[in-house]
Amino acid sequence: MTLLLVVILVVKIILLISILMGGFAYTTLLERRLLGFMQLRLGPNRVGRWGLLQPLADGLKMAMKEDLMPAGADKFVFRMAPVFSLFAALSVDAVVPFGAPIHLFGTTISLDIANPSIGLLIAFAFSSLGIYGIVLGGWASQNKYSLLGGIRASAQMISYELAMGLSILGVLMLAHTANLEGIVLAQKQHGWFFIPEIIPFLIYYTTAMAETNRTPFDLPEAESELVAGYHTEYSGFRFAMFYIAEYINMIAVSGLAVTLFFGGWLGPAFLPPIVWFLLKVGVSMFVFIWVRATFPRFRYDKLMSFGWKFLVPVAFVYFLGTAAFVSGVL
Amino acid sequence: MAEEKTELLDTSVPDETMIINMGPQHPSTHGVLRVRLKLDGERVVRAEPVIGYLHTGFEKTAENLTYQQCNTVTDRLDYLAPMTNNLAYVLAVEKLLKVEVPKRAQYIRVLFAELTRVASHLVWLGTHVMDLGAMSLFFYTMREREVILDLIEAASGVRMNPSYFRIGGLAYDLPDGFHEKVIAFINDFPRWMKAYRHLFDGNPLINERLHGIAFLTQEDALALSVVGPNLRATGLPVDLRKVEPYSSYEDFDFDVPTRTEGDAYARFWVRIDEMYESMKIIEQAIGKIEPKGEYTTSDRKISLPPRDEIYGNMEALIHQFKLVTQGFQVPPGEVYQGVEGPRGEMGFYIVSDGSSKPYRWRARTPSFYNLQSMPVMCKGGLVADVITAIGSIDIMLGDVDK
Repeated sequence: MTLLLVVILVVKIILLISILMGGFAYTTLLERRLLGFMQLRLGPNRVGRWGLLQPLADGLKMAMKEDLMPAGADKFVFRMAPVFSLFAALSVDAVVPFGAPIHLFGTTISLDIANPSIGLLIAFAFSSLGIYGIVLGGWASQNKYSLLGGIRASAQMISYELAMGLSILGVLMLAHTANLEGIVLAQKQHGWFFIPEIIPFLIYYTTAMAETNRTPFDLPEAESELVAGYHTEYSGFRFAMFYIAEYINMIAVSGLAVTLFFGGWLGPAFLPPIVWFLLKVGVSMFVFIWVRATFPRFRYDKLMSFGWKFLVPVAFVYFLGTAAFVSGVL
Repeated sequence: MAEEKTELLDTSVPDETMIINMGPQHPSTHGVLRVRLKLDGERVVRAEPVIGYLHTGFEKTAENLTYQQCNTVTDRLDYLAPMTNNLAYVLAVEKLLKVEVPKRAQYIRVLFAELTRVASHLVWLGTHVMDLGAMSLFFYTMREREVILDLIEAASGVRMNPSYFRIGGLAYDLPDGFHEKVIAFINDFPRWMKAYRHLFDGNPLINERLHGIAFLTQEDALALSVVGPNLRATGLPVDLRKVEPYSSYEDFDFDVPTRTEGDAYARFWVRIDEMYESMKIIEQAIGKIEPKGEYTTSDRKISLPPRDEIYGNMEALIHQFKLVTQGFQVPPGEVYQGVEGPRGEMGFYIVSDGSSKPYRWRARTPSFYNLQSMPVMCKGGLVADVITAIGSIDIMLGDVDK
């Protein structure tokens, strides 16, 4: 029996990683095509039908590129930084339930790698770890642009983690659990949490964009200012790892948003739960891309004051309100 | 290239600052501008533009060409506004020659100068907003610029370096159906601008990036000979079209948009408002221009005789031969003529020794002078503000380096 559990676990891990990698590959394609349509151009449509093989071509190109390292770089840290980023991004998804538990071979299999009782905290811990890859990569590159990118990343993270943490406390109190599966099941009873928690949801979504370094919070990268920010000196597959980490992070924060506020895999029965989950994540990804096509970038100092002087107080006040509501004071 | 000695590179006194080299290969230095920055964290202590990476020796090139030929050199100075460069040059030579240009040709020149201004400002709008991080607007403004390039192509046959204005008038008459195309453009323009303004009007992110950033006082602007929209954004309504009208600008009714803030936001709106004013001029011009008529001077010593005249007239054949092989002689003297280009005063100073080639051909290009204000604007700002400053000055490296 234990052997079966181990086999199931290994299969789940392999499946999750391949789904995430496939998801990453086709998110890049979707992003380029969507941006193309929003910007009066076509986007990649030459490789395969509708450009469907483009991710393969890109991957091949990345793998074949020369792996350059600046002479003055801190070799160990330089090599480890992208691995660290990717590891953290992948780990977040380990606790996100992709669908309702299914019954197979006489056991119940939950559609996540692990289902700890503090799943939410683990997810947040790993997603905050990801920023270290960026900071270290920027530091180790021995490049001034990269260094500025790394500094910006750390400053950005400090300004955003707090608001992000405060924004999800309401959900925790409403669901009475930090287990992600438990949160989804609680929404089956109480209705999706984005209805009572709409403002925390918006704060979460904004900070999630900052967490993934997407426009308008792409300061560590800031093409027009810092050339390519923290990954200026990275090439070939090491660059690809940063790139993959960014997109998998997008999938992860979208998955968390869906789980916490939009009922996870819940939905009318005509579609299987996993399809509902992936659909909701897809909508969230679309919004990410749409925002990128529309907004300019924040300025470093304005971003910090936005985080500290606006998001944190609002999230805190709403958190107090939710607490009063749950404890029956209101 | 040997590094010249500068105060910025003096590291004899150690401090906490960092010197960073932005450009000449950088995504948002608009070509090959190089800026040396001295940073304290992300704050700019000092900024020094380093120019010359696009130096092409235009002035010397022009001195070895006949007067009519140097017109093609002017196209390449500010390649986003070739028509206004042409205009400044041909007006200067016409002043020396004392040649009379038909009213219709003058109006057509005004029409194209203003179309060029709109096209140039559209490119500026797209790239400036893209530098701030919003990428989509660039593609929209390029689509609309394409329409203007189509109009220029219809008249001159070329899109980027038209040399459509010739000394004495124009190269060709307007093609059939040109008026309808311009009127269609005039009708479409407000709709496009409205769509663009949805993206930046009242957008808090854009306002935040522009308000109070890259500030330039009127005194500094005057001391640094800043021209064009950058000067008008400090409150001085200096516009050569009003101050010293040329090419019959006095026949047109338009305003000179000014702002008093002197920051990137003011420069932004001065240019947006200028586009509307230019459209007003285009609308009036197209009403004044007959579809067919005189387009160049009848002085056969300057402008080429028409084909049918050459085949039947001995004198026309001689004129054609002399103009093509030698060009025309310009009486000795010197002249300066400035016009209001999209980036400010675009002027030519020409010295003639009586031959058919200029003795001295000097271009007073606006971007060169405007770029001087960059260190003042950047001081005390953040790295992101350097990008805002470069974008809001609207530099054109072909114009700076010559």
